[in-house]
Parts: sequence; structure tokens; C-alpha cells
Amino acid sequence: MTPQLNEIWVYLSASPLLGLTVTLLAYQAAFWLYRRSGMNPLANPVLIAVTILVLLLTLTATSYETYFAGAQFVHFLLGPATVALAIPLYMQFRRVRTMLVPVLAGLVAGSLTAALSAIAIARLFGASLPTQLSLAPKSVTTPIAMGIAERIGGIPSLTAVLVIVTGILGAVGARYIFDAIKLRDPAIRGFAIGVAAHGIGTARAFQVSEQAGAFAALAMGLNGALTALLLPLVLNWR
Amino acid sequence: MLASLTTLLVFQLAGEVVPRGLGLPVPGPVLGMLFLFVALVLRGGPGHELKTTSQNLLQHLSLLFVPAGTGIMIHLHRVADEWLPLLLSLLISTAATLVVTALVMKLCMRGQTAPGEAP
Repeated sequence: MTPQLNEIWVYLSASPLLGLTVTLLAYQAAFWLYRRSGMNPLANPVLIAVTILVLLLTLTATSYETYFAGAQFVHFLLGPATVALAIPLYMQFRRVRTMLVPVLAGLVAGSLTAALSAIAIARLFGASLPTQLSLAPKSVTTPIAMGIAERIGGIPSLTAVLVIVTGILGAVGARYIFDAIKLRDPAIRGFAIGVAAHGIGTARAFQVSEQAGAFAALAMGLNGALTALLLPLVLNWR
Repeated sequence: MLASLTTLLVFQLAGEVVPRGLGLPVPGPVLGMLFLFVALVLRGGPGHELKTTSQNLLQHLSLLFVPAGTGIMIHLHRVADEWLPLLLSLLISTAATLVVTALVMKLCMRGQTAPGEAP
């Protein structure tokens, strides 16, 4: 780099503007690819955007902390977006009301399966205890999962990553799994994807149908609350 | 836009403050969602502006997970050391959760047909 360019780079890399801008650019590139693929679940926009950003930050030797100083403005919006899920939920409330028993039964079964099977499998294949505990809240949306990890002795920032990977896996794989077990009801598909794959699954469900999205949002909220209450209790029994 | 964004933040704030005051372990944004839901039921639905703002926000919900996902950078060591248990656990557990949740719901819905809905 010429001295002048170098100076500009030093200034920019220290300012939050760059982290914020590259996040938006990477996501838009990823979303463009996703659209071009006909919204194919395999071209998940979060997966593509994260890959672009990790490559970019590694190539420019930028630390995650520096990047996050800018990206935190996007990260912050997770809170209000979670609150906003009340609106699609309200719109679908009539359908939800007729399905109260299946919804609650599915929630408890799914919530326990998500946490306990993750711990059991990780333990079976020799993961360390902090890793096992970081995996436990993997199906819960990021801000809640990090809080749970902290309380049960996991590593919150590792949990954040595992949550995102879980969301991507769920959003990518759900369609194939549901088709394989011949499950068609958009309400059930949406709810199951919300329990297993939180906000990323919910985002995918909204792209498929409004009804699936609303049920996914409901599932994500309920599972976040239930796991936050249950998991510390269940793990204390050991 | 401004008014409805403020509404969302106020409900989130209420969701953060109330459980702390009462010593409950409920996550703030989820409680905020619940409060807003109750308010919508009481008011008989969201106004046009709130509806539009939330649609805009939720349309790109996946964007909001990108900064946290990029955090995989700082855990590359642990992920490299324990990639097999991590991968198997995430794959099998996520698939199992999808199947268990869906089948339990389907089982509970058998014989229960909502009024006015095709089974």
C-alpha cells in the first residue's frame, strides 16, 4: 500500500463505520445469491455472509473485537426484533388458540430434546464439559442462549456461535426432514423449526409463508422462556 | 417509523426491567414480546405504522445474526479440537428436535380438528 492508502486504512480500521458497512455489504451480497438460487435453503444468507466476513477479517488481519465495535449496532437490533415478533404472533392468534394442546406438548418435548440430546451426544463423543454446557442452549435465540450459558457454566461467546450454526443447520435441513416424514401442515412445520432453530429458522419460515413464520416466532419465544427456566433446574439434578 | 421503533424499545425495556426487579430468570426481549402481545390483544391489534415497521425489521431477521456468527473466528481453536463431537451433536440434536417436536404435535392433533378447518 502507498503511505496515503495506508493512512486511510489505519483510520478506517479503527472506526466502527467499517465493521457496520462490511456487515451490511456482506449480507446483501449473500442475500442476492440466496435470491438468485430461488431461495434454496442450502444458500443460507447467514452462512454465506459469515463466510465472507471471516475470510475478509482474516485476510486483513482485523480482530473480531475491532469488527464488532461496528457490527454491534446490527447485533443490538436483535432485541427490538424479538419484541416485534409479537405482531405476526397476534395475527395468527386465532389459529394458535385452536392448537393449544399440541403447541404446549410439542414445546416441552422439543425443548428437552434440543438441550439434553445435544449434551448427551457431545459427551458420548468426548467433548469437554465447558463445550457440552455451551451446547445445551443451542436451540435458543442468541441473547437468551448466552445468558443461559453463563448461568450453567458454559462459554457465552462459544454458545453464540453454536446457536448460529444450529440455526443455519435447521433452516437448511428442515425442509428435507419434514418432506421425508411427510409432514405438510405449515403451522407444525413452522413451530418445529422455531423450537429447533430459533430466529434463523424463523427467518426462513417467514420466507416460506406468513403462517409458518408466525408459528416459528411463537415457538422461538416460548422455547427461549422455557429453556431459560428449565435448563438450570434440570442440570442441577445431575 | 420513529414512533413504532420507540414502542418496541419501550416494551423491550419493560421486559428487561421487570424480571430484574422481581428476581426472575426470564429473558428480557422475550418478556417484552409477551407484554407487546398482551397490549395488542387489549388494543385490538397493531396500528398500520407498527405493522409496517415490524415487517421491515423481521424481513431481514437473518442479518441480525451475522455479527454473532462471525464470532466463530475467536473459537476456531476449540472448534478445530472438538469438531467431531460438536458437528455430530449439532446435526443429530437439531434433526431430532425437528422430528420430535413435529411428531408430538401431529400426534396431539390426531382426532382434534379445529372448527372450520380441513383436517
